[in-house]
Amino acid sequence: MRETSHFVHKYLRSSKRFPHIWCAGCGIGIFMQALIRVIDRLGYSKDAVVMVSGIGCSSRLPVYVDFNTLHATHGRALTFATGVKLANPDLKVITIMGDGDAVSIGGNHLIHAARRNVEIASFIVNNHVYGMTGGQSSPTTAYGTKTTSAPYGNLEAAFDISGLVEAAGAAFVGRTTVYHTPLMERLVEKSLTKKGFSMVEVLAQCVTYSGRWLGLNSPVEMMAWQRDNSVTVEKAQDLTPDELAGKIVIGVLADRERPSYEDEYAKLTAEKLKV
Amino acid sequence: MKKERQEERPSQVLLQGNEACVKGALLAGCRFYAGYPITPATEVTEVMAKDMPGTGGAFIQMEDEIASMGAVIGASLAGVKSMTATSGPGFSLMQEHIGYACMAEVPCVIVDVMRAGPSTGLPTQPSQGDVMQARWGTHGDHSIVVLCPSSVYEFFDLTIQAFNLSERYRTPVILLADEIVGHMREGVVLPSAKDIELENRPRPTVPPEWHIPYGDPGTGVPPMPAFGDGYRYHVTGLHHDVRGYPTTRKDEVEALMRRLFSKISNDLDRLQWFDSYYTEDAVMTVIAYGCVARAGMQAVREARAKGLKVGLVKLQVLWPFMRRTITTILDSSEKVLVPEMNVGHISREVKRVNRGNCDVLTLNKIDGTPITPGEILETLEEAYP
Repeated sequence: MRETSHFVHKYLRSSKRFPHIWCAGCGIGIFMQALIRVIDRLGYSKDAVVMVSGIGCSSRLPVYVDFNTLHATHGRALTFATGVKLANPDLKVITIMGDGDAVSIGGNHLIHAARRNVEIASFIVNNHVYGMTGGQSSPTTAYGTKTTSAPYGNLEAAFDISGLVEAAGAAFVGRTTVYHTPLMERLVEKSLTKKGFSMVEVLAQCVTYSGRWLGLNSPVEMMAWQRDNSVTVEKAQDLTPDELAGKIVIGVLADRERPSYEDEYAKLTAEKLKV
Repeated sequence: MKKERQEERPSQVLLQGNEACVKGALLAGCRFYAGYPITPATEVTEVMAKDMPGTGGAFIQMEDEIASMGAVIGASLAGVKSMTATSGPGFSLMQEHIGYACMAEVPCVIVDVMRAGPSTGLPTQPSQGDVMQARWGTHGDHSIVVLCPSSVYEFFDLTIQAFNLSERYRTPVILLADEIVGHMREGVVLPSAKDIELENRPRPTVPPEWHIPYGDPGTGVPPMPAFGDGYRYHVTGLHHDVRGYPTTRKDEVEALMRRLFSKISNDLDRLQWFDSYYTEDAVMTVIAYGCVARAGMQAVREARAKGLKVGLVKLQVLWPFMRRTITTILDSSEKVLVPEMNVGHISREVKRVNRGNCDVLTLNKIDGTPITPGEILETLEEAYP
């Protein structure tokens, strides 16, 4: 309790920006707490952290936290973040996006940020739905799911966000659910301390929309579903594709050393300035 | 000794318009450039890629123009003067972020080297079809500053001025060149860095806890800290209160809107930028801008040789519209001619402020070829009072 109140006073814009806009039972707050705990543990100065977001429920997060915060346009958080990082590489640049934000309208920026490898710690809160606009299908909505924009069931296949970002070349990729909080904190920490572009996909429940359609009527049921349907990367190695069908594989999915864009550019600049 | 003296003398260099733009930007202190290749603006990106590393600034080729403009805003918020360059299709893609920069008051410069549109249009041919898009391209009511060069030297000079105005008002400034000015080469004498006056965004002088990020200090332009300076604040494209936090309160929304307009409209006296030639006794005046002003100059010279009392006013600021300057011309001339390579973007504005005082004639060309001095001269001779 004492620890919580310490975080509230140190990191939240408590006197100014509350109550927040998230529904009761939403998973985003659990992720926000994990993020704040890890930032505190790593001892970053609040002045050195820049938090950039797009548009959507999870992208409201930066409004509530006491860092340099940039609430950008829908899908474009990574482009703003790229500018911030290259203009001042000493800043710790973090992006918060949702699934519709990062993978639909911002899909192009996501793959190029991963390929380019500018050091940005990005977090995609995936609740499989456009929550803020009232429960429309997103690129991660499962086939057949009914949504307000697919009243007869979703006709499209879902995107595997982590698979996409890993294939695009990100230095670090991890996946967790908000139920698995210790794992979530470990992945957040690895992401924040990783050289180059990192992405953690955080599966979170949207009780108001996706929960209702899945027949899961409470946050507890939805988090139990997260628990029961997740397998760790280590366990997944021993499972057949059939056994893995419908399972969420959580843990570290990619962790590799790649030169970051700003390091490569710094080398070039040093050479040019010497001449 | 001899060598030193030679270096002191300003020497003429042969430059392309797009190259001159880069030289101006770097002298103005631009240290971040993000761009995407597009004809006829590509040279700006290419020369930036070559020259920026040597200044210690950052260059990046982004995945599209939306991303370029996003990166430019991010870099400017981190305290660095930033720019991008594009042409029609890319300019369309940038519009959402230009609106963001207006709303969040992020200084930046956007160069649009106009080609003929709409859509993919004529990539290698000139036009002035983006004048209204530069004014109203992004959604919602907003104020904007748009400058227009008509020569290689002006492209250099107005690039510097574009940075100065964007820093002074904390607003995006659009530099509207055209394919002719972007691609033509001229001999120019560039001033040395010490002779150039630069403006920088106002910075807060109070401790962070006293700083009000979007408060009006009296000038309409709030001081702007850089990310990392210790003034942690919130930047958003939503309507916001003086602290920067989202609001829907009508008093706060209206106050913000009024300030965003008035910070520029209160300063219109300083934004009447034009050159006039032979206007003292002119009964007929050509009002032109960009490459068309060059043809206009030649036409006016030839008309004078034939004894016609005609003059030329060349506009350098297109938006905010120079009502005062134009009204003066309309009062002193019997007729004005506004030749444009579009269907009449500026002539519409001229007619709006005219109030029936003067005959406003138009000469519009939309076939992808430049307006020639002969065409302007012919119109002048036909319509001469």
